[in-house]
Order: sequence, then C-alpha cells, then structure tokens
Amino acid sequence: MNNELYLILIFIMAMLLGYELIKKIPPTLHTPLMSGTNAISGIVIIGSILVITNSSDLTVNILGFISLLLSSINVFGGFIVTDRMLEMFKKPKKKGDK
Amino acid sequence: MDTIYIILYFISSILFILGIKMLSSPLTARRGNVVSFTGMAIAIITTLSSVKYDLNSIIFIFSGILAGGILGLIFAKKVQMTSMPQMVAIFNGLGGLASSLIAFSEILNSKNSISFNIISISILVSILIGSVTFSGSITGFLKLQSLITGKPILIPMRNYLNLLLLLSIIGLMIFTFLNSDNTLIFYILISSCLLLGILIVLPIGGADMPVVIALLNSYSGIVAAFTGFIFSNLALIISGSLIGASGLILTRIMTKAMNRSLANVVLGGFGATTESSSTEISDKSYKSGSSDDIGSLLEYSENIIVVPGYGLAVAQAQHSLKELLDVLVNQEKNVIFAIHPVAGRMPGHMNVLLAEANIDYELLLDLDQVNEKFSQTDVAIVIGANDVVNPAAKLDKTSPIYGMPILDVEKSKSIVVLKRSMNPGFAGLDNDIFYNDKTIMLFGDAKDSIDSVTKSIKELS
Repeated sequence: MNNELYLILIFIMAMLLGYELIKKIPPTLHTPLMSGTNAISGIVIIGSILVITNSSDLTVNILGFISLLLSSINVFGGFIVTDRMLEMFKKPKKKGDK
Repeated sequence: MDTIYIILYFISSILFILGIKMLSSPLTARRGNVVSFTGMAIAIITTLSSVKYDLNSIIFIFSGILAGGILGLIFAKKVQMTSMPQMVAIFNGLGGLASSLIAFSEILNSKNSISFNIISISILVSILIGSVTFSGSITGFLKLQSLITGKPILIPMRNYLNLLLLLSIIGLMIFTFLNSDNTLIFYILISSCLLLGILIVLPIGGADMPVVIALLNSYSGIVAAFTGFIFSNLALIISGSLIGASGLILTRIMTKAMNRSLANVVLGGFGATTESSSTEISDKSYKSGSSDDIGSLLEYSENIIVVPGYGLAVAQAQHSLKELLDVLVNQEKNVIFAIHPVAGRMPGHMNVLLAEANIDYELLLDLDQVNEKFSQTDVAIVIGANDVVNPAAKLDKTSPIYGMPILDVEKSKSIVVLKRSMNPGFAGLDNDIFYNDKTIMLFGDAKDSIDSVTKSIKELS
C-alpha cells in the first residue's frame, strides 16, 4: 500500500512541476511543445514491452505488438517532426543593410 | 524492481523535465528535444534490459520498434507544416489506443484479478481515457482534414445522450469488479468508450479545434500516467503527468483566448447560436480593390502589421508572405506580425508556419504586445482571419464571440483584408471590419493575392 501511496504522490508532484514548467513556455513554441509532449507520451512503449514479455498468450502478444507499433510511431515520429519544426526557429541571419 | 532500474527510470524522467524546460526559449528548444529523446532512449533500453525474453517476444518487440520507427520517420518527414494539427491529432490518438490496448491485454493476462485495487482501477481508467482519446482524436483529424464537415454536427439531446453513455460506462466498470471473468463485458465497455469519444468531438466546430487538440493532448498524457500505475513504473507516471499538465495549460490558454469555458466548448453551444446570425446576410457596402491599389497603399506606408489566420495556412501562403515581407523591409518599412492565440487550428500554429517561411520569430507579437501598436499603424493587413479581428466581440452582446479578446485592427489608419469571397468565415459570423470606410478588400486565394501585391510593389518602385 505504501508503495502505491508514493506513486500517487509522485503523480501529483509531477503534475505541479509540469504546470510550473509549461507556464513559462512562450506561445511561439506551443506547437513544438505539443508535438514534443506527443513524442514523450509514446513512453507507453514501456508498457507494451512489459505486456509482450509478461505473457506467452498469442492474443496478448498480438495486442502488445500493435500497441508497441503505435507507440513507436508516436516516439520516433514525434521527436523527428518536433526537431524539424524547431530547426526552423533558428535566428535568421541579419542581412547587413538595415 | 531492482534499484538500478529505478534509478535509470528516474534519470530518464529528469531528462524529460530538462528537455521540456529547454523549450522555454527558441535558442535552446532544439537541444531540449534531443535531451527528451535521450530520456526516452534510456527508458526504453532500461525496460529492454529488465525483462526476460523468449524467441517470440524478441521477434515481436524488435519488429514492432523497427516498423513503428520507419513509419514514424516517414510521417514526420512527409507532413506539411500546415497539417501539423492533423499530425498531432493522429499521434494523440495513437498514444490513446496504445494505452488502452495495453490495459486490455493486462485484463486478458490476469483473468479474475479485477478487484478493488489501484492496478484494476488504473486498467479501467486507461481503457476509458485511452479509447476516448483515440476515437476523439480520429474524429478531430477527420474534421481538420475536411473528410467530414468541419461544421458542428449537432445530434438532438446530445448532452443527455453523452451523460447517459458516461453513466453506463461507469456502471459497466463497477460491474466488472463483480464479474470480471466475462470478457464480453470489456468489449462492450471499450465500444462504449469509443462511441463516447466520437460523440464528444462531433458537435465541436473547426474553429474550436485548438481546444480539442490541446485537451486530447492532455488525455494522452494522463492515460500514460495511469499505464504507469498498472506497472508501478516511475518513468511512465512522471512523464505522463507532465504531459497531462501541459495539455491542461494549453487548453486553458485557448479557452481564455476565446473567452469561453471548457464546458462551453465541449458542450458545443457555439454552432447552435451562430446559425441564426449567419442567415442575416448584410447589404452593407464594402470597397474592393485591386492588387495595384494595395501595392500603392503599402508604398506610402511606414508601419505595417500583418494579421495571419487560418486562410493563410489553407492557401499555403507563408512563403509568399515572406517574399512580400522582404520587399517591404527592403524599402525600410516596419513590418510586424500580430498572432492571436487561436489563429490557426492548434496553439502556436501560425508561428510554426511563419518560422517555416524563415520569418524571424521576434517579429511575431502576441495579443498583449501588439494591441497598443495598432493606433500607430498605417496599414493592417488581415490575411485569411476573421473572428480574431471581429469587433462584434467587443460591441455586440448577442454575438457568440462576445467577450473574446481581439486584435484591434480598426485602430490602424487603413485596413486591407485578403479574403476568398464575401462569404462569412468558419464561424459563420459577419464582420464589421469588412464594411469599415478604412478597409479595402482584396478577393482571391491568399497566396495569389499576396503574390500579386508583391508584384505590384516591385513594379511601382
């Protein structure tokens, strides 16, 4: 029970931390923020791996495989597209005559 | 769990936190994304080294990661910046579906073990939120992609219907505690949750999509945290709650920018009230001009503010706009961009499009920064935007957008509106700006219009 209580407390602390962190992100980066957090939500890939390795039942393995596939798309697609976007937010070189 | 794994998961969580923190400036943001990715890599490798394999699981895991990685790479490279809202919607949906499949497999995996404890509750909550996120996101995607109408689809009594559905879902969940060896009930449960997601998003109009996308983003995080409770996994819980918080904040920013409550958006009062106001087609007169008129107006202007809206995105006009910007800047004019929080179809959408066209992000000002500047502005150019500059939000108490903060373009000396036609915009609202004495309308596709204005200016000088 104690273990579970700790997990719930961590959940609440992380929510509060998230609130403080994200409040400071400027509107100009909100789209990359969304696709970046999207990529991070692919962390459920861990759950898919655990599902597959915890069971030898074929149905369970197939369900696990599908969720693994989906969350990998999420992880890789998410990080790559975020990188593509953030690359565009570099400071354009000032053209000398101003 | 071994101490070493706990520490590694903790490190990966810290990297996510740092990565998100680095998103607070465009200068560090790209490195921040790499930091987050490193956190993800550590989490995945930790998991892979903590589990026992047989041949089957090795094949499933590595083929899944490889195929998913390749598909993700293709999506990420191919997607156009104008379609980012669709991409984010789809990815939210994938995350939701993945979580609910995990939860469902855990039920199959451990038959008869649904009891009143944190794991079982998390499994049920994961199924609920995961399925709603999935079907809601797909519905949102179909709307954004115009595969189904972007207008609100209003089913009579829909709010009672949804409430009834939600209550029966909760009832089913309680029933599973009593009778968990019956898998059929889980199929009914999942189908009901999927239906709920569709019914929630259907009545929401295209202009409200930023709110929905942000909310579903938040759900995809919360469901990841609940998946974490199923496996008592620190990394899942921490990263999931970070994302949950992120989505909630963005949702609040969006609803604030529309002066509406979340309940108001989700219950979908918007479409219903606009029907009546769009029917009174106005016979007021307006001035329409040619690109040469606008070219010469700009030629004699000093301070210019551009107000981009979703029409810019639809026409893919961001690169043309950059060309116009270059021409104007070469003539030593001050050009800035006014970005309303709900311009476009997701938070920050306009900023990404303009960044794609290489427009310096420091020229993009948000609502609070830019509104005081309109009174010293010679020309405000409104491109494919409507509601965000509609003075009815201030003056007309009966208007559905009354109270929404707007960009005060009417304070500038003259106004140019680039618009496809005189048809009212997405929300179906008429806009007094179009009939203002100071306003010149230029009709046509935003990209063609901008190109022809640029050409006119070049010919004049």
